[in-house]
Order: sequence, then structure tokens, then C-alpha cells
Amino acid sequence: MVVNAAAVSEPTAETADAVLDRWQRDPLALVQILRETQAATHWLPRSLLAHIAAALGLTVAHVEGVAGFYRFFHTRPVGRVRLLFSDNITDRMLGSEALLAQLCARLGVVPGEVDAQGRFSVDRCSCTGLCDQGPALLVNHHQVITRLDAARVDALADLLLAGTPVEQWPAAWFEVVDGVRRADLLLSGLAADAPTLPAVLAQSPQALLDQVAQSGLRGRGGAGFPTARKWQACRDAAGPLRCVVCNADEGEPGTFKDRVLLASHADALFDGMTVAARAVGAQQGFVYLRGEYRYLLPQLEQVLARRRGQGLLGRDAAGVMGFDFDIAIHLGAGAYVCGEESALIESLEGKRGTPRIRPPFPVQAGYLGRPTVVNNVETFCAVAHIARRGGAWWAGIGTAQSTGTKIHSVSGDCARPGLYEYPLGTTIARILEDCGAHDPLAVQVGGPSGACVPASEFGRAIAFEDVPSAGAFMVFDRSRDLFEVARHFARFFAHESCGLCTPCRVGTELVVRRLDKLAHARGAGRGSAFDIERLRDLDTVLHSGTHCGLGASACNPLRDTMRHFGEAYAQRSTAPQFQPDIDLDAQLSSARRATGRSDAGAHLHTDTPA
Amino acid sequence: MNASAPAPRKLRVATVSLGGCFGCHMSLLDIDERLFELIEKVEFDRSPLTDIKTVGECDVGLIEGGLCNAENVEVLRAFRAHCTVLVAVGACAITGGLPALRNHLDVGGILQSVYGEVPDDPELPLPLNRVLPIHEVVHIDHALPGCPPPADAFWQLLQDLIAGRTPVPAPGLIRYD
Amino acid sequence: MSTGDPTFELDGQRVPLQPGDTILAAAARAGLDIPYLCWSAEVSASASCRVCTVLADGRPVAACVTPAVAGQKVECRTPSLDTQRLRLLQMLFVEGNHFCPGCEKSGNCLLQVQAERAGMTDLNFEVLNPERPVDASHPDVLFEPNRCILCQLCVRASDEIDGKRVFAIGGHGIATRLLIDSPSGRLGDSALSVGDRAAHICPVGALLPKRVGFAVPIGQRRFDTEDTRG
Repeated sequence: MVVNAAAVSEPTAETADAVLDRWQRDPLALVQILRETQAATHWLPRSLLAHIAAALGLTVAHVEGVAGFYRFFHTRPVGRVRLLFSDNITDRMLGSEALLAQLCARLGVVPGEVDAQGRFSVDRCSCTGLCDQGPALLVNHHQVITRLDAARVDALADLLLAGTPVEQWPAAWFEVVDGVRRADLLLSGLAADAPTLPAVLAQSPQALLDQVAQSGLRGRGGAGFPTARKWQACRDAAGPLRCVVCNADEGEPGTFKDRVLLASHADALFDGMTVAARAVGAQQGFVYLRGEYRYLLPQLEQVLARRRGQGLLGRDAAGVMGFDFDIAIHLGAGAYVCGEESALIESLEGKRGTPRIRPPFPVQAGYLGRPTVVNNVETFCAVAHIARRGGAWWAGIGTAQSTGTKIHSVSGDCARPGLYEYPLGTTIARILEDCGAHDPLAVQVGGPSGACVPASEFGRAIAFEDVPSAGAFMVFDRSRDLFEVARHFARFFAHESCGLCTPCRVGTELVVRRLDKLAHARGAGRGSAFDIERLRDLDTVLHSGTHCGLGASACNPLRDTMRHFGEAYAQRSTAPQFQPDIDLDAQLSSARRATGRSDAGAHLHTDTPA
Repeated sequence: MNASAPAPRKLRVATVSLGGCFGCHMSLLDIDERLFELIEKVEFDRSPLTDIKTVGECDVGLIEGGLCNAENVEVLRAFRAHCTVLVAVGACAITGGLPALRNHLDVGGILQSVYGEVPDDPELPLPLNRVLPIHEVVHIDHALPGCPPPADAFWQLLQDLIAGRTPVPAPGLIRYD
Repeated sequence: MSTGDPTFELDGQRVPLQPGDTILAAAARAGLDIPYLCWSAEVSASASCRVCTVLADGRPVAACVTPAVAGQKVECRTPSLDTQRLRLLQMLFVEGNHFCPGCEKSGNCLLQVQAERAGMTDLNFEVLNPERPVDASHPDVLFEPNRCILCQLCVRASDEIDGKRVFAIGGHGIATRLLIDSPSGRLGDSALSVGDRAAHICPVGALLPKRVGFAVPIGQRRFDTEDTRG
């Protein structure tokens, strides 16, 4: 579709101009500008992108490229109310697909499309981090509705059809609970008599760094890199300006612990960031908040404002002369890959969230080329505690190689989903017992990019040296089909691939198609040993040289489930010979229509007769 | 040399052009005088060279052309059912080739504009919505790329198969145009 | 070269390296071939095709962006890497619509020659058969997106050499595509001129100067060498 970029309506341009002015026409804020503009205009026509591009001194193609990268930006018309059903496997296990179908039927829309009057559109999105209170949906990329059921969906449809504004919907629908089931250090919060931040920052930067080194703290975002080493590298890197970035892009499906830390322990987080800034010599801090957590923005801004008022941020922060440090919050716009630290920095700079070529690593050249520390929310919260109670204290918790505690976001087939914090080294069996998992078949530890652990291995411990975890803990009982779980995750990775490198861009799509064939989802022929062989092939390619971890881990669920639940694949690949990849009879549909024929010769069996 | 040993059984080979131009077959003939040597070791089943209309039990099937219509599919399936080794020969069999350039058009619309009144004779095979490479419908054992594959590539493939070797084309024989 | 000069080992051969070298650059200077598609010495690297993936001390890395390290053991021609390269090339072929027999770039195409050298005889995967309309709006340059492999060389050449920023990357995942900077989004309305480096840097037949196709007879084209054309 060719859309001329010349014509943008007056009110739309004014809306964009107000946003542009608020961001001082800074091209680095492009993602924020697009987000805030779209909040008013619902979608981003090419003419509007051209208007924004001109105001920022960017090319239309560049702005179009950025807008087309993020799943939450719409470059085609959508409804004035956009409803996105969270599509994690746990939402599906709670019946989200039936509820989506119910809502679409009531509204008379097809998923992914806008109704004729332009009132609403309904679609799916990746996990919204509400697995313990799902099924959930996002409203206008801003609010969330939790605990959906048939009655709530019916009532929602009534309000939508009546044109009731979102502000007048029942407040109870938007309730998000912390759901802390087992609190240890982090979820219990800082003790009332804990030293204040100024007292903590009275230590020298090196002393702060030494405490973290002594603690043995490793990053909680998944990779498990030693935090002190990261900080030291940043501190040692050349350059006058440094940045500290909090990765609050909690996109790994099934993970929601950062949401609770952000909601209820923001001061600990900002303490940790400030300690990091002091230790590495940073002036600028960012929280990269995933777009799905937009509803947390006002309260986080409030905490920052209060801290500025208390002198904990800004000039001579926390009373340390010459230590100028402040924190800004940037929102993501629905892109899982931005959880990768260099992609996150690209996004912070207002660009497509494509992982950078490394080296240089962010600690050497990150945001605007400045040495940059990127740590997970939970890591910074841990720092807040370590800086007060000492590295040795933290190192005494957990195991020798995995110190401290870890928060697990437990969801799926269990009686008590929610957050569970344990010292590292706790067995999977213990967590299963505590959360009331009845007869579990497997647990997906660390989300789709983590590991699928079968019942025979429940004795294993969650620790860097055994089963590492970024915090997701999805339980599947014996009624679940692990093939379908893997297929769901395969779709997730294909949907979230940034598209840069060949193996991930093409490979994730080929995996989905092959699994769909085994699932008979596209009318193709039955599966056979040839398809299994092809899947192993794809798994090998994706595990040996993608640009970033997304591609490298995209086949983890496939590999794990093929290994532990091979039967689920075997029963879908029983055809004695290779069968077509496509629905052959459907391939004659157009000619059948044109000829009006329905004789035997006008049809083909998709499966080759044995 | 043991002159009294019985002559080894000849390799039985079938060939067909589906949605192809017979150019690959012409290239096969380009092995020229080596045809005499070949015919000592190979006998042809269904092929434009023999005019046999249905494929019988064969050791090797050479498929030229992609799948353009329902009949192509049926013939390909018959070849797969009767040939021990099936070889995709040429760009069209391997990728769909030139005929696949119609894939972005609606085939019903093409029929309308070509015929006006579209014939509904059951004798006529219906075209597929899109031209397919043959490996999407049946398992293919080997492929001989090229448009057409060089005569030497045919020669090498058949020599390998006659000798019971897995055919691996020599580097210079892999070409796509 | 004195014996003290730093070297690394590529498939058993010693390769001298200079400060700032990537594995690919050092190998290229030494006349050793590491296959690649998206790299060019003229512009910055995108590391997108991954065809140059090698094992550096056992770790898979893109040779085009990975610094060469003295003493390192680099493997390029191993059976598993050969298979990996073959699969990547097959992925690129099934992702687009590549019909070599009818393409003006045939014989001069890097994708084609790398696939031929990798011994690719078939596609292995199902074709994805994307719908990508041709853009012939420019008087002197054809944009044939069916052949685009998203190497980003045109993007970089336009940015870094021509200073025009005519191209950008859009979409994500399998829907990733090349965008053109112009009011209509078409090449004819862009600032591209046929004299731009971006109009000539395409390794495949996606961006082609018009009216010069098939001018060079078969046998004399860039890659019509003995090892690829018998």
C-alpha cells in the first residue's frame, strides 16, 4: 500500500507537536515520542511518521523502521480501544483462547482486525507478566485487566458496545496484586532500621564495589554474569560519562517478579541503581520499563520525584558532594528482544531494538557510546541489601557458587501461584511442594529460553551450577501436552525475532511451520521421521551461531521436550513416508472455483497413500 | 576379467518432465556418444525416450519440472511409489523455477483471462494455486541443480548410481543457471 | 613477516594479524577464503547473514565482526560448519524468491556462488514464497525485493558512503524488509542516483542498475571461474 506522506491532519500534527515539544525534539526519544503520540492518535499513519521524522531530523524510512519494529506500534488502522490478550502458555492453560473467541464473537470482530466502525480491535500479545492472576489483557497498551473469566468478558463486551470510556470500567478489573507467597530477603524489604542511603554512600566507590564483589552476586536477568566484574569493567573503561541502566523489560514469558519489585520495592531498586552509579562513576540512570508495565509508570515517577525532593537524586545525590546522578524512565513498546542489554540500549537511543555487535560490550561503549552498566531489577534490589549488610552476609546465603536468594514467579498447574523467594540452591521439588503442584509432569524453569525439567529431575536445585533461572517457574501437570507447550514457545520466538540474522529470522519461522505440520494446524500432510530429522537440523543451526541469545535459545523448548517427551513427537510422526508440507487439496481451490468442477479429478489427497 | 560371469542387471531408469520445458532431458542427451556406453548399463522405463506411458518398478526416477497441476502431483507420486531413488533434476523441480513466477497471481484469475469461459472438462488437470518444488510433496533422494544441469552432471550422477555410490556432484557441476 | 609477528591459526594455517583486525579481514589479507555474504570492506559490518560463522577456540562467532586474537585457533572448514553454512544458504533461498535462471545477476551473484561452492543442490526446507511487489519506479535502478537477503549493504553504503540515508530496515522477524526513504516509499521518489555506491553494492540481484542486465556473456561473468562453471 502506497500512502503519501504529505497529508497529515491538523489535530494529529498538533498532538504530535505537543509530544515532540515535551521531548525537546530529541531524536533519542523517538520510541517515547511514538508511544505518546500513538496514545492519542491510536495508530501511526505514515504521514504522521513523516511529520515526526521531519521534526526530529530523521528520515521517514528510519522512523517507519522503528515504528514497524515494536509490536505495540500500529502502522495500520486499529480500533479506538485496543485489547490485547496476554498469550503466554499459562494464559492459554487458564482458557484465554476461549475468552478471546467469546469477546470477538460478542464484538463481531476477527482477532487482529478492527471493526467496521473503528471502535475496537482485539488481538494477542506476548506474556504480560500476570501469569498468577491471568488470563490477562492489555487495554490500549496502558492498563491491564486481570482474572478474566466468561462473566468478565461478557461485561467487558457490554461496556465496549455501549462505548463506555475505559475510565468508567469497574476498578476491580484493573486490580493487580503482588501475590507474594514466600518472602525472603528481597520481598521482605529493607528493615526499618537499615542504614540510610547517604550513610551507605559515605563509603568510597571502591568499597561499594568491593562489597558487591565479596557478595558473589551474579546478574538475575538470566546470563548470571558476576555483577562486580561488570561494574569494574565499566568503571575501568575510558570516558568522562557513564550510565547505569535498570533492565525492567521483564519479557521472559512466565516471569513477573520484577513487576512486584517495581510495584512494592522501588526504593530498593533506586537505592541499588544509585549505589551502582556511585561505584562506577555514573551520572545518568535509566529504567527501561517494558511497555506492558505502563500502568506502573505514575507510581514509579512519584517515587523518583520524592527521592529528588529528599536529595537522594540530582546534584550531590544522597549528600555526596560532586556526585550528580538522576534516573529517567523510558518505556518499551512490546519487544522481547529489548531484554538483551545491547538491544535495550539501542531502544533507549530511540532506535530499533536490534542487538549490537559485541565487542564492544555495553560496559565499554553503551548508551551513546558511554560505558554503561545494565542490570536486572532484582540485581539492583539485591545491591541495596548488600550495600547495607555487607558482601560477606550475602555470600553466606545460598550456595558457594550461587549466593543469595532468588525470586521465582510460579504459575501454571499449582494451587498457589505467585512469588516465592528462596536461597539459591533450593530444589525444584521443594518449590513444587510449597506451591501445591499436584502430580506435575514438568516445570519450565527460566521461561522458554530456560530449561524444561521433567519429573525425574525435580531433585535438581535452582542455582547457576545446576538449573539456572531468570525467575520463571511454569508448572505443567499430567494433563498437559508438552509438544503443544513447545509449539507455543516456538511461535513466541518467531514472533519476537528481531529479524537481523538469518538463522533466527528464517529458522524460527521454519520451526513453527514444521511443528504446525506435526500438529496438523495448517492442513499439511501427516508428520513422519523426515519432519523430526528436519527439526533436529533446525535445532542444530539455531544453537550454533545466532547474533544474540534469543535465536540461540529459541530451540531450547524444542530440544528439551524432544529429549524428555519424545513420545509426544513420535505419536505425531507416524506416517511411514514423507508427506506434503502443504494442503494439496486446498491448492486446487482457485482452479475449482474458476472451473466450477467438483469431480474426483478436481481434488487431491494431501497425504500420499501408502 | 571373468568373461563367463553373467552380465550385471541393468539399472532401470524412468524420466519425466512435469512442469518443465524438456530442457533437462535435452541436456541428458548432450552426453552425446556416451549414450552408447550408458545404454550398456541402463534401461529406460517410462520416459520420453521410450514412450512408455506409466512408470514401472525402477531403480532411479529422474524428475524434471515443478508441480503445476494435479496431474503433476499424481505422476510424481507414482514415481515415488515405483522408484527406489528419486532425483530432482533442474531448477524447476528443485525450486519451482520459471513457472513459479506465476505464484503471486491468482490462478483462477489467470484461467478467466486466458479462456474467458473456463473449460470444465474433467480430462483437464486443474492447476495448483502455486507452482511447488517437488520436495514439498514427496521425499527426494538427490538433486541435480541447473537450468539445465550440465550433461556432465547427468553423466556423473548416473555413473555414481550405476556403481552404487552416493552421488555427490563435482564442484564445477553445481550451477543454478 | 618476522617470526615474532602475532598470528592466529585458521584451519591449520598461520594467519598474520594487525591491530584492529577481525578474523575475516585478516584471513582475506592472507588470501584465505572465509565465505560471507553481508560483509564489505567499504562499509561497517551488520553481521546479519552469519555465513562467515567460524569456531574461535571452539565458540561459534561471526568472523566479520570478531576481533582476531593472537594464538587463537579458528576453524572454518569443518564438516559441521560446512553443513551449517549450507543450511544458512538454503534458508536464504527459501526465504525469498530466488530464480537464478531468469536473474540478471546470475554469474555475478554472491549468494549464488557461495551456495554453489557450499555444494548446495537442493533447498532442504519448504519455500516461504513471500509476496514482495517489484519496484521499478526508478528510471535507472531496479528494486527487486524478492531477491533481497537483508544484508544491509545498501543501507550502509547510502549512509556511510553516499551520505543519503536512502534505505532502512523495517518490520521484524520473518517480515523484516528493506524500506526506502521517499514520500511514497518507492525508489523512484528517493534521492538515490545510479552513480551512488548503494546502487551497486548489492551482492544479489535486489538492487540493479537498469539496462545493463545480461550484457556480459556467460563464461565471462564475475564468478564464471573454473571451479563454479566446470
